[in-house]
Amino acid sequence: MMKEIIGLQQQTDIIQARKIGREMAKTLGFGSADQTRLATAISEITRNAIQYGRGGHCAISGYSDRNERKISISVEDRGPGIPDIDKAMEDGYTTGHGLGAGLPGARRLMHEFHIESGSGGTKVVMGMKQKNF
Amino acid sequence: MKVPILKLGDILLTSIQEDLTDQDAVDFQNDALCKVRTSEVMGLVVDITALDVVDSFMARVINETANMVRLLGAEVVVCGMQPSVALTLIEMGRELLGVETALNLELGVEKLRSLIEKRQS
Ligand SMILES: Nc1ncnc2c1ncn2[C@@H]1O[C@H](COP(=O)(O)OP(=O)(O)OP(=O)(O)O)[C@@H](O)[C@H]1O
Ligand SMILES: [Mg+2]
Repeated sequence: MMKEIIGLQQQTDIIQARKIGREMAKTLGFGSADQTRLATAISEITRNAIQYGRGGHCAISGYSDRNERKISISVEDRGPGIPDIDKAMEDGYTTGHGLGAGLPGARRLMHEFHIESGSGGTKVVMGMKQKNF
Repeated sequence: MKVPILKLGDILLTSIQEDLTDQDAVDFQNDALCKVRTSEVMGLVVDITALDVVDSFMARVINETANMVRLLGAEVVVCGMQPSVALTLIEMGRELLGVETALNLELGVEKLRSLIEKRQS
């Protein structure tokens, strides 16, 4: 079991988080396409936490056993929350002059994707797994 | 300037060599536009071989840069995108990256030349 926690305060933390995620995925034996999917999803969600959620932290954990390898990402912030999650998950929806592609894109890149949000902040948990042979 | 921009005759060549923060990416956009305008070139090739993540923010900066350069009267080609980056961009949905692309720098310059010719004719 591996675990890393990255504080999210500034833009360089986004780069740090996706680097650590990629390295862990590589160590666990995920291929380069999966490493890039994961790093990109981390980039989207950690940027949102900094841009809209006043910062927070990103926990990256992973394991590999006889059956499977799995990597999980949890990004939490203490921002104002997302008023309408269904809307935020739509392609093209943005309140920040973005492409509105971050949340829906990250969901497509990962195998698991959960988001909860309230007035106390937002939490996104996502995961990627693969059978070990 | 984090991303050097080189002038080669009537075109500009630039290669993004490291992971850029969002601010670095915006600085790069400004530098590129400034350079296109002041050096009066016909086009710009952006080599992204070294980028192992192109997320929606970076995609937007690249798109915007290309659009603005075209408004200034020049052409843009992005080259060297890693296969896994291309795959990820497609999987994320829609057409996130709306620019002319080429496999590598050499083909990028070739493509840029033909775009410039087309515009002039
Ligand atoms: N952590 C968050 N806290 C509060 N609001 C958020 C958070 N994450 C996303 N949102 C809201 O959901 C919207 C959609 O987010 P999404 O990441 O899909 O697009 P974007 O950030 O606007 O643009 P892009 O990611 O394409 O640059 C945001 O514009 C914002 O209003
Ligand atoms: Mg976003």
